[in-house]
Amino acid sequence: MSSIYRTLSPRALRSRASRTSVLTGSVRRDIALALLAVWLIGLSYGAIAVASGFPPWFPAAQSVLVLAGASEFLFVGIVAAGGNPIAAALAGLLVNARHLPYGLALPDVLGTGWRRILGAHVMNDESVVFALAQDDPPATRAAFWTCGLGVLVCWPGGAILGALIGTAVRDTSALGLDAMFPAVILALIVPALRDRPTRRTALAGAAIALAATPWLPPGLPVLLALTALLLLIRRRPALTRKRPALTRRRPALTRKRPTRWPARTRPAP
Amino acid sequence: MKDTTLLIAGMATLSAGTLAFRLSGPLLRERLTFPPWAQKLLETAAVVLLAALAATTALAQGHAFTGPSRPAGVLVGGILAWRKAPFLAVVLAAAATTAILRLLGVP
Repeated sequence: MSSIYRTLSPRALRSRASRTSVLTGSVRRDIALALLAVWLIGLSYGAIAVASGFPPWFPAAQSVLVLAGASEFLFVGIVAAGGNPIAAALAGLLVNARHLPYGLALPDVLGTGWRRILGAHVMNDESVVFALAQDDPPATRAAFWTCGLGVLVCWPGGAILGALIGTAVRDTSALGLDAMFPAVILALIVPALRDRPTRRTALAGAAIALAATPWLPPGLPVLLALTALLLLIRRRPALTRKRPALTRRRPALTRKRPTRWPARTRPAP
Repeated sequence: MKDTTLLIAGMATLSAGTLAFRLSGPLLRERLTFPPWAQKLLETAAVVLLAALAATTALAQGHAFTGPSRPAGVLVGGILAWRKAPFLAVVLAAAATTAILRLLGVP
């Protein structure tokens, strides 16, 4: 992959001068719409954080430093419910673990040195989606950076304005802002919920959390929901369905014993 | 909530850890292939956490049930999201539904 980039680098360098021109009009419009949505969610994030008792500087600082909406909502939600901030951070990190596979899937768009650090920081759902949707390396790079830097401006911008609005408006519940938060989360996970095993596990987790809510200290029920993952591990059919995918890769790795590995695909009695 | 030091510690943990996740992907990319089951499990874990958060914040306030207006708004948003409505429409419809119900006196 990187050798392809090296041969293209003069073009990539030229495109950096006029970054947006590499992208077609429709891609630019889609990115702008996504950024508008990010800005509006940031607005609700700032307002909700302040409404649930955080000082206004908190959502502002967190939006710049973390720059990952779902985990910030989760953090604010758990702490506002009375949970420990460190536990909330760990739950947020679990949500953000998806950025590791993102980085593995993303072609070499970051560059080196400080560019790599800034590029990694602006790696988020939107910038990765738009980058992967382009078909040539200059457009991939342009889409990633345009969207990533756009989010870096729009998310904190929305959060700061939202925090100011939340401070000014006394009764945010009259505006239905408290319904916005779960709706945002729901909208974020709906694409993943179209997968049946994921949906079942998520519904089980939600049911566990709801059942635990009257009894456990606030913040804990959400973490307890993770026990629903046992459904995925314990269900034998799911396990055997996964195995062929793993063993299919084996021959390349262990060429010495090609006759023995298929026996492992058989489920244990 | 009152303990600012603990809040900052939480924020520092979350931001440093997130940046570490973001940096390690590109750094590991040439050396490692993530097993598909591990990727799937991580993805599902994130979805489960978020689903539980959506459910509890939609239905509960502290240990008790919220009024019906909030879950009704979330339900409208959820239906719109499932029918692939734009993100903005989902979020605004949820807030508007709840706001209108409260205006009508539903708790």
